[in-house]
Amino acid sequence: MNNLQTHLNTPLKNRAKITLGYKMRRTIWLSISYLLLILIALYVLYPALWVILASFRPGTALFSDQLVPTRFTLIHYRELFEMFPFARWYVSTLKIAIVSMVFSTLLVLLTGYAFSRFKFNGKKKLMSGLFVLGMFPSFMSMIAVYILLLNMNLLNKHSALMLVYSAGAAMGYLLVKGYFDTIPKSLEEAARIDGASHWTIFFRIFLPLSRPLIVFLSVTSFAGAFNDFIFAQMVLRTNEQKTLAVGLYNMVSGQFATQFTIFAAGCVLIALPITVLFMIFQRFLVEGLTAGADKG
Amino acid sequence: MRKYRINAAVLSAIGMGLGQIYNRQFAKGILLFLLYIAGIYFAIQNSGHALWGLMTLGEKKQHLELVGKIYKMVPGDHSIFLLVEGLIVLFALILLLIAYILNIKDAFVNGRLRDQGGKPNNFTQTLLYINDQKFPHIILSPPLLFAFFFSVLPLVFSILLAFTNYSSPKHLPPANLVDWVGFSAFKDLFTLSAWAKTFYGVFTWTIIWAVLSTVTTFFGGFAVALLVQQPGIRFKAFWRSIYMLPFAIPGFVSLLIMRNMFNSQFGPINQYLRWFGIPGPEWLSDPTWAKATILMVNLWLGFPVSMLLIIGILTTIPRDLYEAAEVDGASAFQKFRKITFPSVMFALSPILIGQFAGNVNNFNVIYLMTGGNPANSEYQFAGHTDILITWLYNLSINNGKYDFASVIGIIIFIILASFSIWNFRRTRMFKEEELYR
Repeated sequence: MNNLQTHLNTPLKNRAKITLGYKMRRTIWLSISYLLLILIALYVLYPALWVILASFRPGTALFSDQLVPTRFTLIHYRELFEMFPFARWYVSTLKIAIVSMVFSTLLVLLTGYAFSRFKFNGKKKLMSGLFVLGMFPSFMSMIAVYILLLNMNLLNKHSALMLVYSAGAAMGYLLVKGYFDTIPKSLEEAARIDGASHWTIFFRIFLPLSRPLIVFLSVTSFAGAFNDFIFAQMVLRTNEQKTLAVGLYNMVSGQFATQFTIFAAGCVLIALPITVLFMIFQRFLVEGLTAGADKG
Repeated sequence: MRKYRINAAVLSAIGMGLGQIYNRQFAKGILLFLLYIAGIYFAIQNSGHALWGLMTLGEKKQHLELVGKIYKMVPGDHSIFLLVEGLIVLFALILLLIAYILNIKDAFVNGRLRDQGGKPNNFTQTLLYINDQKFPHIILSPPLLFAFFFSVLPLVFSILLAFTNYSSPKHLPPANLVDWVGFSAFKDLFTLSAWAKTFYGVFTWTIIWAVLSTVTTFFGGFAVALLVQQPGIRFKAFWRSIYMLPFAIPGFVSLLIMRNMFNSQFGPINQYLRWFGIPGPEWLSDPTWAKATILMVNLWLGFPVSMLLIIGILTTIPRDLYEAAEVDGASAFQKFRKITFPSVMFALSPILIGQFAGNVNNFNVIYLMTGGNPANSEYQFAGHTDILITWLYNLSINNGKYDFASVIGIIIFIILASFSIWNFRRTRMFKEEELYR
């Protein structure tokens, strides 16, 4: 620090004053930092807080005089289940999200394993090709996928969504390959000498070593299926078959002005499990994110 | 001496599996032959109709026909269904053709083995061989099959649409037929003044949006990361968890909430401003404010990921670099400029480019916040905040202008694909491949 140099160059009697000044500056800067941290925390927390409080507010209006309601009520949570097939939507969404999560995680792990550990003809072309395919705007493919599903007799069925969500998963192989590339070759070579098959190596060596990666992939694919509404809206036709995202969106676009508080209750119930999931697996998610960045 | 390989290959070319049977690989041969029969049956059943459909896109319109004593509406050919179904058949035939070629190759290779006095694998051995030596092919085939039908086929379909006149109101099945029209949709989009104007306007805003949203979230996240990680700040993990929240809450929920918060009449933000005596702006219906609002909301949504990434990088920068700099008398700003910033940029520039590409395609923020509004009377089916991808959605799903939408889709794809490929080929992972070979 050049503070130190000025400090050393100053006559002795002035040193105490400067040290004090340095300490003062540091304290002031720290206080400003804490103030900033608190302000950013408010900016981040406010929307969530606002919607939670709104969901407990009596009445239906978006407008409210005060942030904290004077009287709390749980009626909107009950209305949610009485006026909409909310429980059904919830179960369907969970079912779709869990199945897609399992299949897409497995598919992307296997794809990454193949690209990371094997040499074969056309590998590079395949890698670039799969990567570029992921760049195509998904709405453009929606019409074709729609007719494809119609031909397979899958419209308005949840299996259609599971199929499509899992089908696209392999395009995210890059992260997995990057992660697997760091696992030392000697491990699998030793296992090969002991006569292990590729499947054994994959399940017994690679999977146990990539727990953060698996958590990351599972949580993100779960959240992806849970959150998608554009595709779900197109495939699911009847009210009972809907997913939460479609239901919630229609709640706002349809009758939003009059039923804002019910919508708020819906938001809370939908966001809660995902948010909790993210918070629990925070460490793994951060590891997964940075692993992707490190390997670039 | 050399007759096995030729005989086997010729037999396999005549009928899949025959060469294998000749090579005494009976189980494999029979399986291939069954596939052959099924394939021939499928091809005879479908390819004629599929080709006709692809070439003509249907010939009969929906029309009235005299059935008994009354006229009835008789459904005609549905051009788009014909197109997609034709493609499905075509793709299936391509797969069969690949199997056919591989089958000849296999017969030839095993024939050669016999020529050299070897004995081809029996069925169990074949399975073991596949499981061991062809392992990557096995585990890649399900994802590749999916990609083939759910990505490549739709891609080809949408590219083909750009060369048709599939648009409402005149050429919208099932009532009407669609025809091949060559490049006229491309020509119209760039020469009809209203369309060209919309295209350039929306395109410009798309680029501005992608650059600004990437830069704001990245540097916002950077600033917060530095703030949290500086020495002397306590409860780092606590702050980090709070700031992770926007990343954790499902995006569509946050966006729908934000849309209500920025409601200029009843929303809480303008209400607070009114308390201070400030008339709040029309957040979502004034063109300029709407753009600013979207960027602000996107910052809220996007900065946590950048923050987490940058914190990850910050912890990997060796401490002695900073200590050396301190000995040399570097100021805090100099340390940032010479050490922190270059390290972070070096590690994250591929991610940054990826985020840029993601923002060009960032449908959710725009669609859920403004839906492209406020409307722009000079634009064709687009509003002030529409980016290419939302305009495309509007054109195709809401207005049935599929031909123009396809042209736009192709343009987006070309931009993003070239950009990403360039980025991808620069990455260490891709380059390291060369070392293996």
